[in-house]
Amino acid sequence: MERQYETVIGLEVHVELATKTKIFCGCSTAFGGAPNSHTCPVCTGMPGALPVLNKKVVEHAMAVGLATGCTITQYCKFDRKNYFYPDNPQNYQISQLYLPICRDGGVEIETSAGKKTVRIHEIHMEEDAGKLVHDEWEDASIVDYNRSGVPLIEIVSEPDMRSAEEVIACLEKLRLIIQYLGASDCKLNEGSMRADVNLSVREAGTEEFGTRTEMKNLNSFKAIARAIEGERTRQIELLEEGRQVMRETRRWDDNKEVSYAMRSKEDAQDYRYFPEPDLVPVAISDEWIAEVKAREPEMREEKRLRYQEEFGLPEYDANILTGDKSFADLFEAATALCKKPKKVSNWIMVETIRLLKDNGMAPDQLHMSPVNLAKLVTLADSGTVTNTVAKEVFELVFKEDIDPEQYVKEHGLATVNDDRALRAAAEQVIRENPKSVQDYRNGKEKAIGFLVGQTMKAMRGKANPGMVNQILRELL
Amino acid sequence: MDLMSLTATELGRHIQAKEVSAEEAVAAALDAIEKKEETVAGFVTVDREGARARAKEVQRRILAGELTGPLAGVPVAVKDNLCTKGLKTTCASNILYNFVPGYTAEAVKRLEEAGAVVIGKTNMDEFAMGSTTETSAFGPTKNPWNTDHVPGGSSGGSCAAVAAEECSAALGSDTGGSIRQPSAFCGVTGIKPTYGTVSRYGLIAYGSSLDQVGPVAKNVTDCASILEVIAGFDAKDSTSVARKDYRFTEALTDDVRGLRIGIPRDYFGEGLDPEVKAAVLAAAETLRELGAAVEEFDLSLVEYAIPAYYVIACAEAGSNLARFDGVKYGYRAAEYEGMHQMYKRSRSEGFGPEVKRRIMLGSFVLSSGYYDAYYLKALRTKALIRQTFDRAFASYDIILGPAAPTTAPRLGASLADPIKMYLGDIYTIAVNLAGLPGMSLPCGRDRAGLPIGLQLIADCFQEKKLIRAAYAYEQTREYERCPLAGI
Repeated sequence: MERQYETVIGLEVHVELATKTKIFCGCSTAFGGAPNSHTCPVCTGMPGALPVLNKKVVEHAMAVGLATGCTITQYCKFDRKNYFYPDNPQNYQISQLYLPICRDGGVEIETSAGKKTVRIHEIHMEEDAGKLVHDEWEDASIVDYNRSGVPLIEIVSEPDMRSAEEVIACLEKLRLIIQYLGASDCKLNEGSMRADVNLSVREAGTEEFGTRTEMKNLNSFKAIARAIEGERTRQIELLEEGRQVMRETRRWDDNKEVSYAMRSKEDAQDYRYFPEPDLVPVAISDEWIAEVKAREPEMREEKRLRYQEEFGLPEYDANILTGDKSFADLFEAATALCKKPKKVSNWIMVETIRLLKDNGMAPDQLHMSPVNLAKLVTLADSGTVTNTVAKEVFELVFKEDIDPEQYVKEHGLATVNDDRALRAAAEQVIRENPKSVQDYRNGKEKAIGFLVGQTMKAMRGKANPGMVNQILRELL
Repeated sequence: MDLMSLTATELGRHIQAKEVSAEEAVAAALDAIEKKEETVAGFVTVDREGARARAKEVQRRILAGELTGPLAGVPVAVKDNLCTKGLKTTCASNILYNFVPGYTAEAVKRLEEAGAVVIGKTNMDEFAMGSTTETSAFGPTKNPWNTDHVPGGSSGGSCAAVAAEECSAALGSDTGGSIRQPSAFCGVTGIKPTYGTVSRYGLIAYGSSLDQVGPVAKNVTDCASILEVIAGFDAKDSTSVARKDYRFTEALTDDVRGLRIGIPRDYFGEGLDPEVKAAVLAAAETLRELGAAVEEFDLSLVEYAIPAYYVIACAEAGSNLARFDGVKYGYRAAEYEGMHQMYKRSRSEGFGPEVKRRIMLGSFVLSSGYYDAYYLKALRTKALIRQTFDRAFASYDIILGPAAPTTAPRLGASLADPIKMYLGDIYTIAVNLAGLPGMSLPCGRDRAGLPIGLQLIADCFQEKKLIRAAYAYEQTREYERCPLAGI
């Protein structure tokens, strides 16, 4: 009989925190900027420079810990992780090993397999490294320390997931929580959220874990799903052939859909961790915890209920809108401006989601402003533009964030309500379509639809359809 | 008037009185360097042009009434592990042979804000690792009392320059005795403040949890005045402490009545040179005569301080010195293939043997499987030593002993036997482990004419007690100039 295997998966999730300044100095964390323009003696590892902890980092880490049911370590410390690499200016990373800030939490996920809790082992704070750029022209590597010292938290889960679906659900849940907290934008494609997957397989029914591998370089949920499937298959094949899974770190190539061994446990580095002597322990008082807890913004569940109660939205709408922080933010801001919650909801749920899908974009890549969305909703709702025109203009709002009012004005797209102009167009259509006219007169009610359509077309979509209908009936 | 024969604050008073200008004071120091440096070799870098320009600016501000402190216009030297913007800072190492910092260390900045004029950077043991200033990549500094002998270390350049009167005062750093021991060997006065009193920002770290910057000068008044200027809370150093009282010169009272002084028997056992012992005990007797209550007691645990120190200091040093890799600044090997070889060659060629020894020791004690046995145990020992001192300070205001077991050894006599050199730190190291303030001041000379240092130790944040006792003792003797000073 064929053997059944169970996949056991744990996650290590790095999240870049949304602070204005770096974790140990006052340099900006802003993305971009000329190489090494966001640097100082501290984040470039100059001799004699010393780190000073950014309090905001501790608060973000605490907020994530509290929102995921963790215990806050009220006496926590930083440790040095020693390794040589040029993107790491001090050749050690300031991280937390012995006393991480959060421990023993969990998130609840729901998949086709039902509800379950994925336990969080710990969350610790650490600094990001710089970036190495290889200059092919000069055949040299150059270092940009703009990212060096950008604050990160690493969330380490217990090996509680059994499928790619559960992993994605867990990551989506974490992302939603962190986005709602405002602790990070959690963009996988930009690297502000990065997940490493620890995976092993074992024969169904066994207690003991198999040998696990760690998979890196996973830049999208799809890549994660494919990598899990690929690694599961690879490990089962090895076991079926009577071979062993090696404890190693592997790198996923999503284009080729294969992974490569990066380093094995034998040549794993000894990081020689020890307490960071340049920083004092962080004492977190009960009051501070209470303060951070009190500042916790409205989370998804609360928003979901409020959208239904305050805005009278159907549960379905509330679910979709709160399913992504970008949607919720856009919805609330646009609704505040135009006071038409259901209309705003419709534009987000139908047209926005369709365009995102067509363009292969994630919700957090939306760049239309609430003002322009609100203006569009008002234009459409007041009948200033027809539905057809509204959809066309919306595409431009979505793509280029244009001002729809101005655009409609400049391009003369407002609905034509001028009786004379409509009458002239209708007369023209009647003259050019004697067959349909005859059909209508013979009692074919449907023929009027065709004639309305032709008139609308002649008016380039801008005609008031109700008036066109009325005028045609009069003329016939 | 021989300006360099004055103490820093005496010179400062003449400058305030407009009898001497800052430019004249700096010129006198540069002249002295010109005459003596070939013999003493106390400096790695002398910044003649910069010093003259700064002196001119300081004099302008003195005349404008902006600088009224006792250090304005006074020529000072700074140990070469303190960053000075635009002025080469090497740690006496080849790996930083060309390093020019983009910023100035906080302690130096404060000294300059008080109007002191930095004239150069003093020689030291490479990365402050050593007790003789012989591990400097740029050659040893000589003891100005007898140039066949070492000045001690690691702040040997600062202490020798002060003793030889090449500068009026200097800054040093002390991780395990590096201010106190060379002060003793050179016959000058030095203070290692309570950990956290002087900002470490810009001090190129050796053992981060032990390092402190402190003053070296001809007398207690100068040291107290300098400490008053360089001490203070600094938000850039997380280990900096906001103290209530920084008015150290208030303790210059010449009154030790009622001061309780303890003499640890452990400090006077085997290995202590009899002449040093006699001089130190005589100093204790003098303090008793001045009205202090002096008695012997058992401190214990002293023998564990050295191994604990070398484990902790080297562990931190191994990590602190990892950044010197040839990538960003300093020395890079001329030829290499690939990144690993670049690292390996740059570091192998850039660091000297003592630094390599300590990096290896530090890497070893932190390596997987050894952490608990060495590093953790050393941390526990450190905590026990602190407790031992806490108990002692319940009974005494001051602990009195020698700064070093002998006077300055001959050049070349120490390097062959590093363990022996490490053991020379026995009286100073425990102070750093416990974070305490310590001080060394001259208390006599041996038959060969070499200075003997008296060490005073107080509880954390009790520098004023140290200064009070040291000042009272100092009033009973004359300052002894080394033969080279008067040239």
